[in-house]
Amino acid sequence: MSNDLEELSSKAATEIEGATDPRVLEQMRVDLLGKKGRVTELLKQLGGMAPDQRKAFGEQVNRVKETLSAALERKAQQLGDAELARKLASETIDVTLPGRGEDVGALHPVTRTIRRIERIFNSMGFESVQGPEIEDDWHNFQALNIPESHPARAMQDTFYALDGSRLLRTHTSPVQIRTMKQRKPPIRIICPGRVYRVDFDRTHSPMFHQVEGLYVAENVGLADLKHDLMRFLSLFFERDAEVLFRPSYFPFVEPGADVHMRWGDRWLELLGCGVVHPNVLSAVGIDPERYTGYAFGMGVERLAMLRYGVDDLRLFFNNDLRFLEQFR
Amino acid sequence: MKISENWLREWVNPPVSATALAEKLNLAGLECEAEPLTPDMPSGVVVGRILKAEPHPQADRLRVCDVDAGTGEILKIVCGAANARAGILVPAALPGSRLPGGKEIGAAVLRGVESAGMLCSASELGLAEKSEGLLEFDSDARPGTPVEKHLGLNDNLLNLELTPNRGDCLSIAGLAREVAALYSLPAKPPTIRPAVVSALPSKEVIVEDAIGCPHYVGRVVTKLNPKARTPDWMRERLRRSGIRAIHPVVDITNYVLLELGQPMHGFDCARLAGPVRVRRARAGEKLALLNEQTIELVPADLLITDDNGPLVLAGVMGGTASGVSESTTQIFLEAACFDPVSVATSGRRHKLLSDSRYRFERGVDPALQRRALERATQLVEQICGGEAGPIVEVGRAPQYAATIRLRHSRVERLLGCPVPVREVPVLLGRLGIETQAEDAGAWRTRVPTHRYDLRIEADLVEEVGRLYGYERIPARAYAASLVPFSTPETQRPLDVLKDSLVARGYQEVVTYSFVDPKLQAQLDPGVPSVALDNPIAETMAVMRTTLWSGLLPVWLYNRQRQQKRARLFECGAAYFPDGAGTRETQKLAGLVAGSALAEQWGSKPERAVDFYDVKADLVALLGSSAAQFSFERGEHAALHPGRSARILRDGQPVGWLGALHPRLAQALDVGDALLLFEVDAEAVCAAQLPKPGPVSEFPSSRRDLALVLKEEITAQQLVTVTRAAGGPLLKSVHIFDMYHGSSLPEGFKSMALGLIFQDYSRTLNIEEIDAAVGEVTASVSAQLGASVRG
Repeated sequence: MSNDLEELSSKAATEIEGATDPRVLEQMRVDLLGKKGRVTELLKQLGGMAPDQRKAFGEQVNRVKETLSAALERKAQQLGDAELARKLASETIDVTLPGRGEDVGALHPVTRTIRRIERIFNSMGFESVQGPEIEDDWHNFQALNIPESHPARAMQDTFYALDGSRLLRTHTSPVQIRTMKQRKPPIRIICPGRVYRVDFDRTHSPMFHQVEGLYVAENVGLADLKHDLMRFLSLFFERDAEVLFRPSYFPFVEPGADVHMRWGDRWLELLGCGVVHPNVLSAVGIDPERYTGYAFGMGVERLAMLRYGVDDLRLFFNNDLRFLEQFR
Repeated sequence: MKISENWLREWVNPPVSATALAEKLNLAGLECEAEPLTPDMPSGVVVGRILKAEPHPQADRLRVCDVDAGTGEILKIVCGAANARAGILVPAALPGSRLPGGKEIGAAVLRGVESAGMLCSASELGLAEKSEGLLEFDSDARPGTPVEKHLGLNDNLLNLELTPNRGDCLSIAGLAREVAALYSLPAKPPTIRPAVVSALPSKEVIVEDAIGCPHYVGRVVTKLNPKARTPDWMRERLRRSGIRAIHPVVDITNYVLLELGQPMHGFDCARLAGPVRVRRARAGEKLALLNEQTIELVPADLLITDDNGPLVLAGVMGGTASGVSESTTQIFLEAACFDPVSVATSGRRHKLLSDSRYRFERGVDPALQRRALERATQLVEQICGGEAGPIVEVGRAPQYAATIRLRHSRVERLLGCPVPVREVPVLLGRLGIETQAEDAGAWRTRVPTHRYDLRIEADLVEEVGRLYGYERIPARAYAASLVPFSTPETQRPLDVLKDSLVARGYQEVVTYSFVDPKLQAQLDPGVPSVALDNPIAETMAVMRTTLWSGLLPVWLYNRQRQQKRARLFECGAAYFPDGAGTRETQKLAGLVAGSALAEQWGSKPERAVDFYDVKADLVALLGSSAAQFSFERGEHAALHPGRSARILRDGQPVGWLGALHPRLAQALDVGDALLLFEVDAEAVCAAQLPKPGPVSEFPSSRRDLALVLKEEITAQQLVTVTRAAGGPLLKSVHIFDMYHGSSLPEGFKSMALGLIFQDYSRTLNIEEIDAAVGEVTASVSAQLGASVRG
C-alpha cells in the first residue's frame, strides 16, 4: 500500500475516533467518502493506471473505504446513543410525586356489610327481596303473631304515622310476609333494609339495618337452620365459627333460638332465629301441616361493628368523612 | 329479676356452683348471670345490743352506748346516730374489724371519750346505697353473732333477664320448677297449711268484669299487732330483689310475689266502704297512686273499687286511700288473676311500671291465687299475729292450661333430627306436662296451669327440644335443591351504579329517613310529607321527600370539621303520602361541594366545582342509556334558577341537577360551590341490551365550524339541527369550544363544532363533504340565526 493511502487511512481513523459532535462526524464522512471526498478522489485515479497496478490499488482503496465507513457508522451510533442518553437523563421525573386527578370514594360500611351478607346468602340460594319501609299493623305485627298486648307494640318502641294507621317497620319481617303471600314454597329469600325503633342512646339508633332470611319448604327444621347459619357465620367472619344455639322467644317462631358465637373468651349474641310459627304460615295462606320453614334476623350494624372493630354505633350515622374514608 | 341463690336452693339444690347453674339456665333459654351478693364482705362486725345510751359529756349530737357484743364484757361505744337507744340490736364493728371499702376499725377517743369500735348503718356495711341511722336487727338476734352470719350474706344474686313468654319463671317457685326439670331433681316447696278460719264477717267481693278478672280470692285478717316488725330474713330476701321493706303487710305481699309469683294487695279494712268491686273505670274518675301520682282514668282501665270509688288500678298499682299504715290492725288480703292485655294497656297508658304489672303482663298462673293467699295468711299470722277469716272466691281456677295433641313425627320434623320416641314423655314429664299415648306416635298432653305460654303443638316441640338440648341437634346440609335466580340484564343492579359513583370519587353516606321539617320545607316546598305521630326529636319529625334533606346536614357537619370539599351520594327511599296510605320511591342523590379537584401539584389554580363537572358524573352513571336522557332548563325551589336542569328519560321527568340556590346556600351556611342531583333509581337502573352496529373500514373526515349565535340558543338545539341537516354521512357532532367576549356583539356567543363524516362502503370525496357542511350552515342559519364566524 502506498504511504499516502496508509497515512490517510490511519489519520482519518484517529480523527473519527476522536469525534465528539455528530455534525463534525458527518462532515468527516463527506470529506472522506462524499462525492468529492478524499477516498472517492483516490478511486478516480484508477482510470489512469496500468491494469496490474489498478487492481491492487483498487482493492487497497476499497478496503480503506470500508474500514473508514464502518468506523464512521460505529462512531455515529456511539454519538447517537450518548446524545439519547443525555436527552433521557434530562427528562427524568420524580416518580414519587402523587398522581393527579380524583381519588376514589367508598361505600358506607353498612352497605358494604349488607353486600357481603347478601353475597354469601345469594351463593347459598337465597334471593334478595325488598319491601316498603312504611308498613301497616297487619304486615308488621299481626301476621307475625305479635298480639295486641305484646310489649313490642308499645308506643315507645314503634314509630307511627298517619294517625296510627301506618308505622315504620320495626323489622324487615313484613317483606317475608309479602313474599309468602305472593309466592308458593319453596321460598328461600333474604330481606335487607332499614328498620326503625323508638330508641336513641349510645347503643341504640332510631334507624338501623337488618338482614332477615326465610326458607319455607316441605321439610325444614331447626337442624337446617343450624347448618345454614353456622355456614354463614364462618364465611362472614372468615374463621371456623364456634356457634351456640340457645332457646329463645320471638312471637313469630316456635321453637325459637338465639345464636351466640365465641368471641375471644366471651359468647356474643349475634342473631335471633327459629322455626316459623304455624300462625304466621296460616296468616299468609301456606298450609303449616304441609310446609315448615325457618327464619332468622340479624342487625347489620352489630355485625359491621364486630367485623371492623367499631365500638360506637353513632359513627355509622354521623357520616364523618374521616370515618367513612377508611372503608375505601 | 334479681333473686337470692340461697333462697332458690331451699327449694331445689342441684350439686353445681352458682356459675354452672346460671350457665345451665342460659342454655335452656333463661338468660341468667350469677354474681356474689357481697363482693366486699365486712369482717369482725357482730350483732350488739345497746344496753344504755347516754349523752356524750362533750358533744350534743353524740351518745355513749353500753353495748353487749357477746364478748363477755360491756363495751363503751360512741355513736352519732339519732336512733341509738337502749334495747335495740345493731351491727357493732369491734376493734380489728374491717368494713366494705377497706375501712379498718380500731379503738378511738372521740371528744375525750374512749370508744371500743363503732356502731354501723346499713350503708356502712355495704347493704344500701344510702341509709339513715343505725341498722336495727330482730329483737331476738344473738349478740356476738357475726353480721354476715345473721344476715346470711354469703350468697349469690341470680340476675335473670327472661323472655316475655316465660313469666312463669319470675318467682322462686317457677325458677325452682325449671331448675328441677333441667337437673331431674324434685323441688321441695315450703309447707303451706291452710289457716285456721275464725268466724269473722267476710268481705263481699263483686267481679263485674270476668274477662278482666277471671279469678279473685280474698280474706279478712284481724287483730294484727300494729307494732310488728318485718323480720331480718324477709327484709334481706326482699333487699336482694331490690325491694325496700315498708310495712309488714306490704313486705309479706311482696315476699309472696317473689316466692310464688303472685302479685297481691293488702287493704286496710277500716278504710274500705262497702263491698270490694272489680270493674272498669267510669269517665272522670281519678286515682291517687302510691307513687304520689294522680291519674285520670279512662273507661278501659280495670279497677278495684269500693263504695267511695277507685282503690287500685288492677294489677298495676295501689292507691293511697286504702293502703295499710302503722295503725292498721285489720286487713283485707287480695290475690287475683287479671287479664294480661288489660294490665299491659293500662300500665302503658299511664306509664306506670311495677313488679305487679311486669308479672301480670307476662301472665300469672290462673290457679295460684288460693295458694298465694294461704301463704300470705300464714306469714301475716307468723309476723303480725291475728285471726284469719274465711276465703271469699269469685271465678274458678282452671285445672290445666291446655290439652294439646303432640305427634312424634312433628317433633322430629320441626327439630330436623331423630328424637327417641320414649324420651318425649319423659322430657315433658319433667316439666309437669302429663302425656297419654293416643295412637301410634301421638300423645294427648295436659299442660299445668303455670305453663299458660304453651298453647299449640309447636310450643311443646320447643319444650322437647329445650330439654333434649339444642346442642344435640345436628347441623343438616341442604335438604332441598337450589333454585337458580338472576336479575335481567336490562336491569342494572343499584350496586353497580354505586360502584361507578365510588370509582368517580363519591363517598356513600347513610342518613336517617326522618328529617327536619323546616329544612325539607325549604328544599321541597309544597310537597306534602309523611309526618311521624311520635317523632324522637323535632328535627327528625317527617319522612324525607328528597334525599337532599339528609345530604345537606351531612355536608354541614363535615364542613364544620374542616372539610373543604365533598362528593357525597346516598341511595334510598323518599316517602310520600298517597291517598290514605304512602308511596315510596327509591332515589339516588348526590351532593358535590368545594373545588372541582382536590388541591394537588401541577394543576391549574383551584376551580370551584360547577354544573358540568357533576353532569359528566351523571352521564357516566347512565352508561349506555345516556342517549335516552336529556337535560332541560327547569326551576326548582332549592336550585339556582339559571343553573338547574330537569332530567328527563324519554321525555319523562326523572330527576334534577343543579347548583344550590344562593339564598339557601347563605341561609344554611354551606359555602358557595354546591351542586345537587337526585334521580329516580328505577329510571337509571333500566338499561337496554347492547346492539352493536358495524365498524367502518374507511377513513373519516373532520370539518370544524365556528358559529356565532344568540345567547339563548342552547347547545342541544344547535346539535339537533346540525345532526338533522348533516344527513346520514354525519357520524358525530361535538362542541369543542365556547366563547363569550368583546369581539362578539352583545347577547351573542360563539360555539365551535367538530363534525365527523364517514361512510361504511367507501371513502368520501371532498364535494360530498362540502355539500353536507353547506346543508348544516344553511340550516343553522335559517333555523337558529347562526352565522359562520369569519
